[in-house]
Amino acid sequence: MSVKVMIPTPLRAYAGKRDSAEFSAATVGEALSGLTSQFQELRKHLYTEDGKLRAFVNVYLNDEDIRYLAKENTPTKDGDTISIIPSIAGGSFAR
Amino acid sequence: MATTTQPQTDRKPATSLSNEEILRYSRHLIMPEVGMEGQLKLKNAKVLLIGTGGLGAPLGLYLAAAGVGRLALVDFDVVDFTNLQRQVTFGSDDVGKPKTEAARARLHNLNPEIQIDTFETKLTSDNALRLFKDFDVIVDGTDNFPTRYLVNDASVLLGKPNVYGSIFRFEGQATVFGMPEGPCYRCLYPEPPPPGLVPSCAEGGVLGVLPGIVGSIQAMETIKLILGAGENLVGRLLLFDALGMKFRELKLRKNPNCPMCGEHRSIHKLIDYYEFCGVRGEEAPGPEVQVPEITPRELKSRLDRGDDLFILDVREPHEFQICNLHGHLIPLGELPRRVHELDSSREIVAHCRSGKRSAEAVDFLRKAGFRKIQNLRGGILAWSDDVDPRVPKY
Repeated sequence: MSVKVMIPTPLRAYAGKRDSAEFSAATVGEALSGLTSQFQELRKHLYTEDGKLRAFVNVYLNDEDIRYLAKENTPTKDGDTISIIPSIAGGSFAR
Repeated sequence: MATTTQPQTDRKPATSLSNEEILRYSRHLIMPEVGMEGQLKLKNAKVLLIGTGGLGAPLGLYLAAAGVGRLALVDFDVVDFTNLQRQVTFGSDDVGKPKTEAARARLHNLNPEIQIDTFETKLTSDNALRLFKDFDVIVDGTDNFPTRYLVNDASVLLGKPNVYGSIFRFEGQATVFGMPEGPCYRCLYPEPPPPGLVPSCAEGGVLGVLPGIVGSIQAMETIKLILGAGENLVGRLLLFDALGMKFRELKLRKNPNCPMCGEHRSIHKLIDYYEFCGVRGEEAPGPEVQVPEITPRELKSRLDRGDDLFILDVREPHEFQICNLHGHLIPLGELPRRVHELDSSREIVAHCRSGKRSAEAVDFLRKAGFRKIQNLRGGILAWSDDVDPRVPKY
């Protein structure tokens, strides 16, 4: 299954400035593993030290939040899009 | 004490429009979707704008233009020269003025018919509930995580819709939180990112027009909520990619376990949001890492003395072109694979724009075994302030 992972702007610096990457994966988790294997620096931004997805990062399969599907075990099909949506506050200095 | 204009005591709802108002809003009135009934809803609406910056600019302008009868602006900041790249309510002669004062003057000029209140104050857990309670719609145009959580929680506690918009560089998000059947901000993001992980506009930059677009979308949603028209963004996260010029939409579900708005909510009052977000107090957060430092003046005297120092610049190439200290440029992200370009027997001073990225570089290099390395405190900005004002600040 060829799936496309969309990389949000705040994380592109850690993914060779790319805005997306394609992987062969049967689940969301596999696609994300593919992503963090290819871009090692992304790992610490997406996952905690004990391997859990960080709470301020949401992952969507197409338009559904994976928390309401099967999380990282959600199966993927050809042409699916996985989106990583980190929280952004937008504005000047965080005070 | 922060200055505020005294809000007028609550008036009875308006039931008619003056001839002048009818003429002013004629382009609304001739649409059956708005009409006299809709315009009266706008006239009787009370909207609170949190933040009069990049998002607040189009928000204030379009809501005032539309005839929202009572508009209140909350912002404690003053207009800065760098704001003019995107905060289009302000003009060059507003630099240095409180934002609420400058915005109020502009909006009043646009539409003298409406009531504009200003609260030149920081929104805090102590004042949020009191400020919010008189308004129908809260619009979040803020720029930091602690305030976003505060606005969310206060809106949910009071049952007010929270029209949310946020931006970063060339991406934006918009949705409506706080409706009883819809999700809240915590449903989407139960926890904030640790400070320093997501860069601010000053560090990451932003295309000036982006908050113009996202703020306008927020204004549109606010007006639709007031009119009860169209389909609103409750339960929908609108994502805007300005460079690709694409809009996408994701489903936002109400989290049944949300501590704020779920079935068994555990949060019943406002908390200390700075603590929640890991930002202590009002002081500028210290560097994320503790590393040996040298001040710009110390660096200058050592260079003048002829000391053999290697200046390492960890900024990006486009920043080097703005101004530089003739250092050796290795962008921070490339440092791990280009570390062989550095000679650990030499004394190295690392710098960036403000001292944060270079602190990370020094920390990395010390862990890699470099012993003679220091961070330039305050970066090239501090060099411009303390040593050579000809170096432009950006």
